[in-house]
Amino acid sequence: MSPKSNLRPILLAEDNPNDVELTLSALHSLNLANEIVVVHDGAEALDWLLRRGAYADRATSEPAAVVLDLKMPRVDGLEVLRVVRSTPNLRTLPVVILTSSREENDLVEGYQLGANGYVVKPVGFDDFISAVSHLGLFWALLNEPPPSHAKPV
Amino acid sequence: MPFTHLPIQRKLMAIILLTSGAVVLFTCAAFFTYELLTFRRSAVNQLSTLGQIIAANSTAALAFDNQEDAQEILSALRVEKHVVAAALYDRQGRLFSKYPANLDVAILPAAPRADGFGFERSHLVGFQPVVQRDSKRLGTLYLQSDLEAVYDRFRLYAGIVALVFAASVFVAFLISRTLQRQISRPVLALAETARAVAERSDYSVRAPKLSDDEFGLLTDAFNHMLAQLQQLNRELEERVKERTAQFEAANRQLEATNRELEAFSYSVSHDLRAPLRHVDGFAGLLSAHAGPALDEKGRRFLTTISASARQMGRLIDDLLEFSRVGRAPVRRGLVNMDKILAGVITDGRHREDHPNIVWDIGPLPDVHADANMIRQVMANLVGNAVKYSGKNPQPRITIRAVTDAGANEHAFSVADNGVGFDMKYAAKLFGVFQRLHGPAEFEGTGIGLANVRRIVARHGGRTWAEGRVGEGATFSFSLPITPTSTS
Repeated sequence: MSPKSNLRPILLAEDNPNDVELTLSALHSLNLANEIVVVHDGAEALDWLLRRGAYADRATSEPAAVVLDLKMPRVDGLEVLRVVRSTPNLRTLPVVILTSSREENDLVEGYQLGANGYVVKPVGFDDFISAVSHLGLFWALLNEPPPSHAKPV
Repeated sequence: MPFTHLPIQRKLMAIILLTSGAVVLFTCAAFFTYELLTFRRSAVNQLSTLGQIIAANSTAALAFDNQEDAQEILSALRVEKHVVAAALYDRQGRLFSKYPANLDVAILPAAPRADGFGFERSHLVGFQPVVQRDSKRLGTLYLQSDLEAVYDRFRLYAGIVALVFAASVFVAFLISRTLQRQISRPVLALAETARAVAERSDYSVRAPKLSDDEFGLLTDAFNHMLAQLQQLNRELEERVKERTAQFEAANRQLEATNRELEAFSYSVSHDLRAPLRHVDGFAGLLSAHAGPALDEKGRRFLTTISASARQMGRLIDDLLEFSRVGRAPVRRGLVNMDKILAGVITDGRHREDHPNIVWDIGPLPDVHADANMIRQVMANLVGNAVKYSGKNPQPRITIRAVTDAGANEHAFSVADNGVGFDMKYAAKLFGVFQRLHGPAEFEGTGIGLANVRRIVARHGGRTWAEGRVGEGATFSFSLPITPTSTS
């Protein structure tokens, strides 16, 4: 576990405030040192990632991972993924889809566009907590994110 | 070739020629026969006349015993070349004179016989009296004539008959050849039209009406029939087109409905789950946040809220699954049921979780079905058997297959000796969300058997169940050996 990963934030893209609250609550129970940045739709997510618009002066380093909801207004999750994967310095960014949908099309398309994981939000609270905890522990602590200034292949 | 199968034209010609030939022959034969029958009389008449004249001239010679005169008179017969012999006999029957003069007497009868004429050995012979004016018989005249004249005549007749026959047959041929068209043309036209209709299935052709007789009637009736056929054909095609259009419209409707359902279930799967998650989520947060401050009842209320939300989640999942089972295309292939069953038991970890279950598995045939869907069916039935045997200390699950080639089906059965059910509720078993036990006894939503029934029905099979309370239940389904139609 490199010390750098502890400082890198996790970007959470989720439009539903209730889901945001539940997810944050679950992540906080892990006592992660990482900052959790929340954006509420795909456009905001892209602005943050590409340092443009309202986030032109974003100081924080590249995120350790992006937790991405699919159904968001303005720009949806798959579109964000598409842009991320086609942007040279973001191409290797770990993206995990966290969504209510278990529809096969979304699964297929998500992986086709290069998602690193796909988690369906459980309905049950305990299961939800457990899933988010696992996510957080893996991506924030266990996984080695790609180096920040990796040259695009 | 047999007469019956000759073409019409030849038949008619043959009939006419045969008839006219027969008529001519018959007529000639009649005349011929008449002649034949009467020639005797005429020949006799002729000879008799001749004889009378000679006899009359011979009276003087006989009376005065003048052989020379008699000879001269008889020699007058030479003008009649057909008289080959003649003789005069005197009163005593002795030969007096003969003609020709050098005739061999052996040819002549030794003595005169009775008067009269007769036929002997192809000659006409006769005896006539030579009488004086006062009827005193002086002697007998014998005449013998050959029948060459008659034969000549008959030969002439035969020649004429032949000629007449040939001529009349020829004329009959010419006439009939022209006139038979009156009959054969309408028939051939009709036959030709019929053939055209049969070969090309073209009901728009019509037979030409060539005459106003029975053939005309036939032609009219035939054409009328064709017109009706044409009309019926058109109507049928119209109806088929209509029906096809109806089916196509219904099909499009179904496809539209299907697409709607897909969109619906997609939004359900996404949009309905989120609020449920929030209900359970915030109930959980509340429990963590204020749980200690609540009393027993309050904590129980929270638990109920959570449990209900989770139950609703399961119901939604099951409903979506049920809808998917009805919508997904059936992808048929050859399915090895032994492997499917083995996989189901392994995936369900039934042997590990319930080691005291005795499994009695018979050989299972391969079937033509959608492997995934059939796996679901088996998983459901096996899972149920395991679940409802939970309270039995010595559970036994029996799985069998029976093939009935006559009814074109394989029948599979999964039997357990668990809690069983009352047969009077058998009809409800396969209903959606229908259960015969409460959630406290056995968990489940009651969708499993509904899915089983739906999948099996889509394969063209049947589902049925038997059970006895406390003794166990057998759930069976059939699959067609050769696929019929699906939904």
